[in-house]
Amino acid sequence: MLRDITIGQYFPDDTSVHRLDPRTKLIWTLVFITALFMARGVPSYALMLCALVCCVFISRVGARALVGSIKPVLIIICITAILNVFFTRGEVIARLWVLEVTREGLVNAAYMASRLVMLISGTFLLTYTTSPIALTDGIESLLGPLKKLRLPVHELAMMMSIALRFIPTLIEETDKIMSAQKARGADFETGGLVKRAKAMLPILIPLFISAFRRADELAVAMESRCYHGGEGRTRMKKLRMAARDYAALALGAALLALVAIANTLSGA
Amino acid sequence: MSPIIKAEKITHVYGTGTVFERTALAGVDFQAERGECVGIIGHTGSGKSTFIQTLNGLIKPTSGSVFFDGADIRQSKERAREVRFKVGLVFQYPEYQLFEETVFKDIAFGPKNMGLTESEISERVREAADFVGLDDEDLEKSPFELSGGQRRRAAIAGVIAMRPQVLIADEPTAGLDPSGSAEITANIEAYRRSTGAAVIIVTHSMDEIARNADRVAVFDEGRIVIDAPPARAFSRGEELTAMGLGLPTAAVIAARLRERGLRIADDIITSEGLRAALRAFRRGGGNA
Repeated sequence: MLRDITIGQYFPDDTSVHRLDPRTKLIWTLVFITALFMARGVPSYALMLCALVCCVFISRVGARALVGSIKPVLIIICITAILNVFFTRGEVIARLWVLEVTREGLVNAAYMASRLVMLISGTFLLTYTTSPIALTDGIESLLGPLKKLRLPVHELAMMMSIALRFIPTLIEETDKIMSAQKARGADFETGGLVKRAKAMLPILIPLFISAFRRADELAVAMESRCYHGGEGRTRMKKLRMAARDYAALALGAALLALVAIANTLSGA
Repeated sequence: MSPIIKAEKITHVYGTGTVFERTALAGVDFQAERGECVGIIGHTGSGKSTFIQTLNGLIKPTSGSVFFDGADIRQSKERAREVRFKVGLVFQYPEYQLFEETVFKDIAFGPKNMGLTESEISERVREAADFVGLDDEDLEKSPFELSGGQRRRAAIAGVIAMRPQVLIADEPTAGLDPSGSAEITANIEAYRRSTGAAVIIVTHSMDEIARNADRVAVFDEGRIVIDAPPARAFSRGEELTAMGLGLPTAAVIAARLRERGLRIADDIITSEGLRAALRAFRRGGGNA
């Protein structure tokens, strides 16, 4: 079960999406999110879906992986949809005790749910197709101008890449510790909230200890390789925008424009 | 008497239907008698770790069944839970799973989950601590005040305290110095002798198997390919080497001596056996 979590996982491949500069992909994701929040009405949504499906198709990330990414947040999506169904005023089409289901509510819920699903799939597509290192390099480069404001951009990027790198490790560790405590009869599945929270202690304590131990070891390993922050650090792989990156960015701009046009078409 | 634990045609596939699909176990038959010490060896990824977790029900095999004391461990929910306690499993590097404020409380975790009374728990903790050589003073310490070897022994005591009838340990001596690993091996051996429990040990140390095991099961690509007493298993040196496994030091020396023309039996796997054989050889006049 824990193995199924795919947050921050990277599926190495060699498609044109994978080959894009991470900065391009970051900007594209931002553009995609912006367009998603601009979108009103069926045509715009159809356009967004189309763009998403194209990206998924080109990147060869399996539909299964994407569905897997949505699974953990499914509850949030459901709650959002349900709240929308019941708390939107409008034409009442059904009544459930004190709750009213309105036509507008149903429409809103459908929009909201599909927006969330696309939002999550879109951002996951970024991490699926970009290695954590490339991703943080991209972030560091994009945030570069903030260095002038004395923001520790490099350090932040390094922390992020370490965090991303260790998610799978910690998941594996959690799995192991859980098995070990289960072997001593620990019970994580039954009981009330308090009992379940207490049952987590035998997992959380070893997990924290090992996380600190790992952090310590990593720090020593980094220092013994003379790491001392971003100053004067050179790169083996320099980020370079290629023709395909500019093409992709142009497509992103086109998507924004198209969504804006589709919005006015649907009269929203 | 029926074997205390028995596995029939166990197969296990990870990640069915995904790109990560991998067969970890492909039809494993295995059994262990009461009081027997079985060694499990195999290359990394040969399915040993998955297999031992099917024995206490932590991993539900894709197909096949496990029988504890003659009855299927998945018969009912209660049975499955009971088996967790009766088939004690010590994971690799178990010291990283200690979590309580004191060693006493940590060892008591298992018995407490069994629903025993305070006095029973206390009795079992002391008994288990005794097996692994921790004294009353150690029991009141925080696990983090102990040395690495002591911590490992405390973690093993946490499983022994459940008085399992089958004790399974996954590389219990990994990463310890020679005296630390000798102690752990002796602790487990002491538990087996005094309780008559079956002991199953996964290890990479062929010397350990040669010294202690009554039988050795060799895993390769999800199957048990050899299941025999150590002397017989280690006489198939070429097969083992082909699987990326080694031989006990004494067996290697004996083989080299044989190559040089000394007539030494081919069932020598321990240093004691080798010494005896060499003495006999010398008495024989060294006429090789």
